Amino acid sequence: MKRTLSVVILLLAFPLAMQWLGYLFYVSFASRVMIYAIAATSLNLVLGYGGMLSFGHAAFVGAGAYVASILVAEGIASAWIGWPAAIAVSALLAWIIGAISLRTRGVYFIMITLAFAQMMFYLVNSMKAYGGDEGLTLPKRADLGFGLDLGNELVFYYVVLALLMLCLYALHRVVHSRFGRVVVAIRENEARVEAIGLPVYRYQLVCFVIAGAAGGLAGALLASHGKYVNPNVLHWVQSGTLMIMVILGGVGRLWGGVIGAAVLLGLEHLIADHPIPWLVQLAPNYQQHANLGVGIVLLVIVLFAPQGIAGLLKRRRGAPA
Amino acid sequence: MLQLRDVSKRFGGVVATDKVTLDVAQGEVHALIGPNGAGKTTLIGQISGSLGVDSGTIRFLDADVTRLKQHERVKAGLARSYQITSIFKRFSVLDNLALAVQARSGSSFSFWHPVAKEAGLFDEARTIADQMGLSEKTGALAATLAHGEQRALEVGLALATRPKLVLLDEPMAGMGPEESQRMIALIGRIRSNVTVLLVEHDMDAVFRLADRLTVLVNGRVIASGKPDHIRSHPEVRRAYLGDEVAA
Repeated sequence: MKRTLSVVILLLAFPLAMQWLGYLFYVSFASRVMIYAIAATSLNLVLGYGGMLSFGHAAFVGAGAYVASILVAEGIASAWIGWPAAIAVSALLAWIIGAISLRTRGVYFIMITLAFAQMMFYLVNSMKAYGGDEGLTLPKRADLGFGLDLGNELVFYYVVLALLMLCLYALHRVVHSRFGRVVVAIRENEARVEAIGLPVYRYQLVCFVIAGAAGGLAGALLASHGKYVNPNVLHWVQSGTLMIMVILGGVGRLWGGVIGAAVLLGLEHLIADHPIPWLVQLAPNYQQHANLGVGIVLLVIVLFAPQGIAGLLKRRRGAPA
Repeated sequence: MLQLRDVSKRFGGVVATDKVTLDVAQGEVHALIGPNGAGKTTLIGQISGSLGVDSGTIRFLDADVTRLKQHERVKAGLARSYQITSIFKRFSVLDNLALAVQARSGSSFSFWHPVAKEAGLFDEARTIADQMGLSEKTGALAATLAHGEQRALEVGLALATRPKLVLLDEPMAGMGPEESQRMIALIGRIRSNVTVLLVEHDMDAVFRLADRLTVLVNGRVIASGKPDHIRSHPEVRRAYLGDEVAA
């Protein structure tokens, strides 16, 4: 509890400090990290708590991004319409994809969720009216009203921070509720959950829809943040990236998605923008292969800290996992 | 209470259950015995609803449940335990039982209220733990329990759903003599409120508990009746009991 409070205070103070130091870029960067944190956290509900190996989470993030962007492009810039619409469409999509995919198990589930996401990828690629494969550039970020200008990096940061905290609190409540206990129990022993009288399929589907909806919110924020969206937001690589974030941060850990997003994006940024002189001499274009570094970190985590970084932090404190 | 009529199941070319007809009366302990591979566990799966039937009908409490899903049958009062222990290993004993109580009482589509604050669930879970002889272990992770304790929890999970008929698939599998005695005593106690269909290899237990027996060999019922009738049934002796009972 104390630690959560200090993290929140740190996050609240961060943009002010950056502004004072003149590093406004890092405020925008932190906003991006937090948006990915929302997306990864939503995937963590399905993957970590629910034990459903969804390899198509980018479909929901991408659907949310496109819905919000298309509305802005069509002149409906209010966030109060665009963001709920993104959430609703992603939830509906998750319901359709989940209703079909959740009838399968194991490798088939992984493949079918991947296939649905790729179908979405090709669908938006062919939407010529909204940029097709070139993507869609937005004139501005969404309007929030109340005199809050999301074009201001600080305002945007605090709005994203508030939404991330809301998502984390909601996740905390959900996993400790009756519903959450059932979802975790299904991960542990699906047959037994059915045998004590609970319809496994229905619980998994609702869980999948909740995660899809939150993914849609992340998508809407992502589109607003960059004032740009392109089909790559739905590409399977994006689904993989979100999965890596969850695994890095901590599968089935409240802060897993947040830590994973921060570490992965931070690492990418460090490798790409801060060349290490001796390494440049050794391998001149190593920075174009940032994924290699990420891969090594992932390997180390999976082998030596299967509970992710969040699990590592917990163990060091001496608390039982 | 439970009526099976010509229930069959084949897996490819193998006939697992072959036109099984079986009646379990309310209030009895009905034992289902037979050699390994006779189809007992398949039949339990078909009655509980985790396995479908290729042909035949299953009636429970005067309703046709042949096509009902497993969770629907549990709601109707038909629960099972497993031969191979199937518990929530990373949950505590209390959380295991509380989940089963939760499944029965009220909706589990509740997303916000902390389940830990529902004292009723945990009180009842504790009562069941006491009944199962697990009162000292309620806080322990299920994975850390001794084999016999896990078997007790296994049966406890089935009982926590407050079934009218409970299917116990070899509850004493792998138990030591002392643990077996405790399980026999437990079944003796619960039989006053629950009808029991018991699959068991321990013939001592079977003949101490059962009001009636059904013998399954190669997926078919070869005999059914009171213990004395089964004991003296020539086909049963030849196919299954051998010298064990004659001695």
